Amino acid sequence: MKKISFTLNGEKRSIDVESNDLLLEVLREKFGLKGPKVACERGDCGACSVLLNGKSVRTCLILAAEVDGQDVVTIEGLSKDTLTPLQESFLKHNSFQCGFCAPGMTITATELLNKNPNPTEEEVKEAISGNLCRCTGYTPIIEAILDVKKK
Amino acid sequence: MEEYKYVGKPVDRLDEKEKVTGAAQYVDDIEFGPNLLYGEIVESPYPHALIKSIDTSEAEKVEGVVKVVTGKDFPYKFGLYMKDRYIFAQDRVRFIGEQVAAVIARDQKTAINAAKLVKVEYEPLTPVFDPIEALKEDAPVIHPELGNYSHVPWYFPKGGTNVAHQMKLRKGNIEKGFKDADFVFEDTYRIPRYAHACLETHIAVAHLDYSGRLTVWSSSQSPYTQRNLFADALAPLGFSHKDIRVITPYVGGGFGGKAGVTMEIIAVALAIAAKGHPVKLRWRRDQEFYNTYMRQQVITKLKVGVKKDGTITGFEMANYWDAGPYAEYGANVVNASGLSATGPYRIPNIKIDSYCIYTNLPAAGPYRGFGYSEMLFSVESHMDRIAKLIGMDSVEFRRRNGIKEGDSVAYGVPMNPSGLLEAIDKTAKEIEWGKKETSSDPNKVIGKGFAIFWKAPAMPPNVSSTAFIKFNEDGSLNIIVSGMEIGQGYLTAMAQIAAEILTVPPEKIRVELPDTDRNPYHWQTVASHVTWANGNAVKRAAIEVRNKIFDIVHQAYHYEKDSLYLEDEKVKCKLHSSFELPFKDFVIGGIQTEDGTYRGGAIVGSGSFMPEFTSAVQDPETGQGGHPNVHYTVGAGAVKIEIDKQTGKVRILKAVEALDAGKAINPMNVKHQIYGGLLQGFATALYEDMRFDENGKILNPNFTDYKIPTSLDIPDEFVPIIVEVPQPDGPFGARGIAEHTMIPAAPIIANAVEDALGIRIKSMPITAEKIAMAILNGKKEVDEFLMIMKK
Repeated sequence: MKKISFTLNGEKRSIDVESNDLLLEVLREKFGLKGPKVACERGDCGACSVLLNGKSVRTCLILAAEVDGQDVVTIEGLSKDTLTPLQESFLKHNSFQCGFCAPGMTITATELLNKNPNPTEEEVKEAISGNLCRCTGYTPIIEAILDVKKK
Repeated sequence: MEEYKYVGKPVDRLDEKEKVTGAAQYVDDIEFGPNLLYGEIVESPYPHALIKSIDTSEAEKVEGVVKVVTGKDFPYKFGLYMKDRYIFAQDRVRFIGEQVAAVIARDQKTAINAAKLVKVEYEPLTPVFDPIEALKEDAPVIHPELGNYSHVPWYFPKGGTNVAHQMKLRKGNIEKGFKDADFVFEDTYRIPRYAHACLETHIAVAHLDYSGRLTVWSSSQSPYTQRNLFADALAPLGFSHKDIRVITPYVGGGFGGKAGVTMEIIAVALAIAAKGHPVKLRWRRDQEFYNTYMRQQVITKLKVGVKKDGTITGFEMANYWDAGPYAEYGANVVNASGLSATGPYRIPNIKIDSYCIYTNLPAAGPYRGFGYSEMLFSVESHMDRIAKLIGMDSVEFRRRNGIKEGDSVAYGVPMNPSGLLEAIDKTAKEIEWGKKETSSDPNKVIGKGFAIFWKAPAMPPNVSSTAFIKFNEDGSLNIIVSGMEIGQGYLTAMAQIAAEILTVPPEKIRVELPDTDRNPYHWQTVASHVTWANGNAVKRAAIEVRNKIFDIVHQAYHYEKDSLYLEDEKVKCKLHSSFELPFKDFVIGGIQTEDGTYRGGAIVGSGSFMPEFTSAVQDPETGQGGHPNVHYTVGAGAVKIEIDKQTGKVRILKAVEALDAGKAINPMNVKHQIYGGLLQGFATALYEDMRFDENGKILNPNFTDYKIPTSLDIPDEFVPIIVEVPQPDGPFGARGIAEHTMIPAAPIIANAVEDALGIRIKSMPITAEKIAMAILNGKKEVDEFLMIMKK
């Protein structure tokens, strides 16, 4: 067991973890944050994405011990007070169907818009190409992300 | 057409806010507390073997292991249409990965480690993987007891063989059909297995409490069907339906893969073995591929006769379906697509034989489109080639032979109202059919492909659907139903239907996810029939609510019921224009009369719907005599593609799909289905590619090696078109559309590849490799089929 301390959704948190505990397991099972989803467990699909120091990462590929002293934001952290403009846009475009990819997709698109507030359609497609969605054909997701920059 | 306020409008999805905030709860997100146990499966390493012995003693000694269970503990069969599956393998395993035993432990890691200590001794048997090989007389028989299995009356299993079901369809005289033809054209098409690849894997948590109550939380399209199959399989243990409760929160993708029962019954068995504890069983991604259901492989031999003027005279088809070792659900895929295997064509002479064949590949069953994607690849490839053979434009060929309202379908029932011709014409216009295009890059060629499609809901003749509606104090509504929101927009459609009748806006309506204790019956969310069937039930419930409102107002004010109507959440009266009574003023507490007493009370409504014109009673030799389908939804699709001649890579420049929704309850959601479904279909056509080794072990059970489409794989331009020729018995004229969006994708691509290169690829998927090798080797036809890799 190792004690780690880090910022989780804006709040200082400490917890004991095993050296082989995955960040995904710790977020879901120990902190009860169920936004990041268990889906492929090998970094293929992006459903477990969170922001680590502002960059989207796959929590199924990261050990919890690695985030000691760092800053982690999950979908719950984004949704805290009011919806972000991106979430408002997803809502307006009815972007998601089954919704299982939505938390990871939202994290990845948030990173994109933070880095590049005016992405082209190609840049949007490229940015979310590691986040798999089986339902939507991506079109309503891409349209929503592009629509954020217009405002 | 009548103008509606909520129906036919792009109303926002009721579930979207939960989904964009991460609030939406899926089974794995529910907390079950520290008493939760975890299951781990001991799997067969053999595709076909006898189990000689199982030794669980070492596993039982591990600290944290609560119990180890085997087939001996649960000697029960189950199945939706035929009881040919077992909760755990009994004396025999039939595919690699089949559940032989399970460890129940305090945590998942302990369960995994202990499962490795279960020793199973096997006697390997000869396996069979090819469905045609499996038909041979000397083929190993996978179910020696098949002749004794119970099944629905429209299954015809052949005991002592590997034929789980044979479906025959005969119409007219096939010999005459070919004699009347100027050309007879024959070929064979091969379609491999595919995976649903839902982002959420199968998961179930089951809990048998000390009072004997069994509760199951499952990721499922079928809460009521699951309850029924659990009760049926476990009847020897004394379970009544009322003692079983199935709760289905949001589902992370279904596509048919979460229909019926697959792994959930294992979780139930584990809960029975570990009474008092909730037990969780969650499939890992590889298990999701090999131990749920896949789509079936099929080999289709097709022979079509045609006159010089383009009239189709005869259609003979044999379909050899590889169902894997369990066909309880898959044989109905074979049956349903067999009934409709002509595609949407008017053909006088028909002979169709569909064989559902057991093999030792993993079990296969329902997948979005239920056999129609497969059948249409063969039929629509073939029709394109025939048109070319007789020198007729292929769209004109389809216009000429396309089925019309009142035409007799293959089993003798008249075709329902249909916008097929309108869909053909609108699609052809949008894709600029007939306009040849060339690429500015000499390495690239451009081609266009076209296909038409139809699909009926595949379901038993007497499936039932119900709805409850209740008012709240503020005049808002809860609709309580048991259809499943699997992403298609079902909740929103039900709200729109009730909103239209009751004038309560959809944002003031909640539609509740299923819980079999509280929500009324719905068979299961499959077959693209919920908008139609459950929509009718919701509409009836809303009308009942409206009638109750009129009754109460009549009792309190003595206005004639005929003069009353609803508008803007109020009751109004045609004869007393000043009268208006807001719902919130009386829907719970009633209406006070002059003497101070009240009339009415809290208002609820219920509705029930079941088709009363359908029948599965048909002659097993001809398929004639019944009315197995409620109606067909039709459409057309087309693409413009660009092919790189050096790499064989296909880029979809434009995709068009038109379908006849009858009435699109929510046109936005219909369009969203077209985007998603067509892309799912294009992926099966172009690159999704399931491979097995020579022992029947899947080689690519993950998203690294089984590629599903990413955002970079979508068509450059996507044009959805909605046609609306109303379905007379649909709610507001609606019929289902969701599976249909996927089913024409493969032949559209195949036809476009031939248009671009003159190369006909007769086996799916049409990979870049196949195209490039055909160009390199100067081949005009490609049969290469790579599903099972030889050493």
